[in-house]
Amino acid sequence: MNPREQWISFLTILRREIHRFMRIWVQTLVPPVITMALYFIIFGSLIGSRIGTMSGFSYMEFVVPGLIMMAVLTNSYSNVVSSFYSAKFQHSVEELLVSPTPNYIILLGYVLGGVARGLAVGFIVTMISMLFTRLQVHHIGVTVAIVIMTSVLFSLMGFVNAVYANSFDDISIVPTFVLTPLTYLGGVFYSISMLPEFWQGVSQLNPILYMVNAFRYGILGVSDIHIGNAFAGVGVFIVVLFAYCLHLLRTGKRLRA
Amino acid sequence: MTLALSIKQLKKVYDNGFEALKGIDLEVKEGDFFALLGPNGAGKSTTIGILCSLVTKSSGSVSIFGCDIDSQFSEAKKLLGIVPQEFNFSPFEAVEKIVVNQAGYYGLPKALATERTEKYLKKLGLWDKRSTPARMLSGGMKRRLMIARALVHEPKLLILDEPTAGVDIELRRSMWEILKEMNAQGTTIILTTHYLEEAESLCRHIAIIDHGRIVENTSIKALLKTLNKEVFVLDLRETLANVPEVPGYRLRLVDEHTLEVEVEKGRSLNEVFAGLSQQGVHVVSMRNKANRLEELFVSRINAQEESA
Repeated sequence: MNPREQWISFLTILRREIHRFMRIWVQTLVPPVITMALYFIIFGSLIGSRIGTMSGFSYMEFVVPGLIMMAVLTNSYSNVVSSFYSAKFQHSVEELLVSPTPNYIILLGYVLGGVARGLAVGFIVTMISMLFTRLQVHHIGVTVAIVIMTSVLFSLMGFVNAVYANSFDDISIVPTFVLTPLTYLGGVFYSISMLPEFWQGVSQLNPILYMVNAFRYGILGVSDIHIGNAFAGVGVFIVVLFAYCLHLLRTGKRLRA
Repeated sequence: MTLALSIKQLKKVYDNGFEALKGIDLEVKEGDFFALLGPNGAGKSTTIGILCSLVTKSSGSVSIFGCDIDSQFSEAKKLLGIVPQEFNFSPFEAVEKIVVNQAGYYGLPKALATERTEKYLKKLGLWDKRSTPARMLSGGMKRRLMIARALVHEPKLLILDEPTAGVDIELRRSMWEILKEMNAQGTTIILTTHYLEEAESLCRHIAIIDHGRIVENTSIKALLKTLNKEVFVLDLRETLANVPEVPGYRLRLVDEHTLEVEVEKGRSLNEVFAGLSQQGVHVVSMRNKANRLEELFVSRINAQEESA
């Protein structure tokens, strides 16, 4: 395929992915928005008003960046894992596998589809949050870069999960037992400076802590970690996972007999 | 003559150790209408799976119009259209969307993809259903959708894996006409089927695969010439109580109005009619008992099993 044909194929996959989550918007866009709105009401307005300030900001201001990031990463992940696994389950992935589309285009199409949903949900959640607090962006470059990189990373993770999954149960195990605990313990609702020293050290092993804090730095200008470490870590994970996903596609792991 | 398909020493051993293909060689010429026959589990679908890269081969080589499927991956795939045995499209997508997207995966610009989609959906009688989600189509329509999808990039080689399985007779005949027309326009077609009548009426060449080996590879005409006997069914005007005797022929009474006669190659049916007529038995109509190709197919498979 020449570059123009590859571009057409990429746009076809991306458009199809966006069309898919837009077609079922009641399942894909509405639930995370309702969940986040409830977080804003309960943790931000009702309980948050009694907590006082955190890192120099009201609790509502503090918690909003973490909740936006949480919405972005969970939706990026779940879009790719459910879309690619469904395609595998229905065998419609064969439409792509028999075509001349190169593996990296297939991967980019699915990953950017996940990014599109992650950012769409993130945007809606941001709009909702503005009903509760005034958002000021401290560093636009950091904010945009870290949200896109995180979305790419979690889309790639969703892809790996989809390739290995043998049933619909398998695509909910990782989000339930790995992502949710890591997200809740990743500094979304609190600053790790509140924790005893030992638990601060343990928390620093949680990759989501870096993403949430880098995003919070972009919005509020405060962070529990050095944001350079966040960018480096996310960047390295993206490169490694992208290469691994390509390897899975090339070898046909659980895709070709 | 250009070869549309060349398979050399193709082997496939699955992870569980099952040897599905034991080194097959096969050549299909450009413009041919070729049948690949074999019992269930013989290796037909594995072979097709390797051609379209859904199955990874263990060894051997495959080229499509001279393009190696490993080293000239992209060129080979553009030349190939596949209609699989099982439905493999998203049931939630609209018919038109499925075909347009497939065109996109082959790099066709939007305008051309839309034009070709309309052309093939109309040709296959699905244009009225273009906005219908695929899950709402009947079984026959779903098969036609897969053909339209396989044709949208206008491949030079079209492979159909049991395309008329579960399709009613009327629809099967209309699909035969479409396939004949495409072949007449220059598309090389390879067909796997369990309907041997289909292979006999459509195809010029045939290969029989069994236990991962090609056991026959010839023209349909040449194969039928090897048939050394045929069984005819004779419908009688009057009832018969006993089997009449005609020297040199074996007759069997099916019911009081029907006789079966076995005729060996080189012998004339006239002798049967003359013998029956002398005994006052009048034949009102006659037909082949079974599809001739079916008899050959069974004899080849049986011979293979006996020699194994």
